Amino acid sequence: MSLALTEVGYRYAGATATALEGVSLRVEPGQVIGVVGPNDAGKSTLCLVSAGLAPGSIGGRLEGSVLLDGTETRELKPYEAAQRCGILFQNPATQQSGTASTVFEEIAFGPRNLGLALAEVVERVEEALAVLGISGLIARDPHRLSGGEAQLVALASVIAMRPGALVLDEPTSQLDPAGTRLVGDAIAHLATTLGTAILIVEHKTSLLARLAQEVVVLDAGRIVARGAAATVLDAPDLAAHGVRAPEAVSIRRALELSGLGDRVAAADLEVLGA
Amino acid sequence: MALASAAIAFAVREWSGPLAILALVVATASIARLGRPLLKFALATIPLVASILLVNTFLFPGATDVLVRIGPFAATGTGLIAAFQATLRVVAFALSVAVFSLTTPTDDLLSDLERRGLGRRAIFIIGSAIGTIPRMVERAAEIIDAQRARGLDTEGSPSRRARGLVPLAGPMISGALSEVEERSMALEARGFSAPARRTTLRLLPDSPTQRAARWLIVLATIVLVAASLTGLVRLP
Repeated sequence: MSLALTEVGYRYAGATATALEGVSLRVEPGQVIGVVGPNDAGKSTLCLVSAGLAPGSIGGRLEGSVLLDGTETRELKPYEAAQRCGILFQNPATQQSGTASTVFEEIAFGPRNLGLALAEVVERVEEALAVLGISGLIARDPHRLSGGEAQLVALASVIAMRPGALVLDEPTSQLDPAGTRLVGDAIAHLATTLGTAILIVEHKTSLLARLAQEVVVLDAGRIVARGAAATVLDAPDLAAHGVRAPEAVSIRRALELSGLGDRVAAADLEVLGA
Repeated sequence: MALASAAIAFAVREWSGPLAILALVVATASIARLGRPLLKFALATIPLVASILLVNTFLFPGATDVLVRIGPFAATGTGLIAAFQATLRVVAFALSVAVFSLTTPTDDLLSDLERRGLGRRAIFIIGSAIGTIPRMVERAAEIIDAQRARGLDTEGSPSRRARGLVPLAGPMISGALSEVEERSMALEARGFSAPARRTTLRLLPDSPTQRAARWLIVLATIVLVAASLTGLVRLP
């Protein structure tokens, strides 16, 4: 499943300014594309547009083309788009159905909405749990999980819809380093094992350096830079767009400035996540 | 059965209806070993019971059989009897609902309602409303702790406690509202608006005997309430 945006512009209902303008990008199966940018750059809007929730669910005016595996999102109902492209938000708590007393029921919420046979619902839940390595949580109360666990359950809930593409809107912003690592590993696994096309908005550039093949920089609703993750995240003007370079890049620059750059092996920096 | 109990407790005249229901409720609670939790529910009715007793005893309209005078107020025999009857009805009603909630897991109730064709939106509203209460309590505790950490005094006199509610209400309401949009989009992203009939996760056992008993209770309740209200049958 591929996700392709061509010359996409979007304006929220009632707004005078456009939130996105002339955005084009394509995510192929198994590929991870990272999106960075300052606050109000349009990153979350890009996620909503890509997943078909804007304008399908929240209204607004969409220009250009958003294709999910060749089908315009305009032509899809929200529940149809959800089976092609899943979306994960920042806060795991707001993504819970609020009606489930176990993780199993929480993940089954989506497949049940589709009216699938009970056997298939069970199969999808067990598969989603297994893919993310959280089968041990199946009987837990979804409201009593750690932040990382809750976000993994939210991700499993999305995966259970079996979308070919995933849009992740700052999935680790509320997580500690351990939770970030858990979710990061899960995202990498989804791309490499299931061949999921993944678009991820993330402030933690070290995580993007590890996960993404390409990175685009969004500023004021437009793509202002794009390219291989290593190149974009190492660009000297990244800070001018309100984006912090990965820690490893910052350390390397500091070492170079102090004249110690040639004494630190590249392999040492890779350990730090560059 | 709970609905039938509640209906009988309220609609059947005189003493026999509420007394019979109270006996049934107590018997059910003791069989289910729910005496202690039921006692908590019973204690929770004290403020309501006290107000019913006072209002009916002292302010019963048209009653002249004065038992005792306290200042400008007179307790009447007619009012006292009406007060006890009303109290009995309220307690029987409240405890029959309490036994129902104590013996029926929410998940089972919602699953069964869903199986019987109640719409997914109605099920969602009921389920999330029930599930939200403990989370709201937790959230309120977090906000109070945060406000206390910044010097807000929420202990002491009732007026001081009441003033402490103001900084609690703002974050509670704004927090809930800010989550609504993301929550509704998350639901859409999980196929909530799909037209298919939702898959039922669990089928609760429901034997022909249970079904027959249920219908019998419904019919008996209708007959009993109708007979009592129309005066066809004089119950003690």
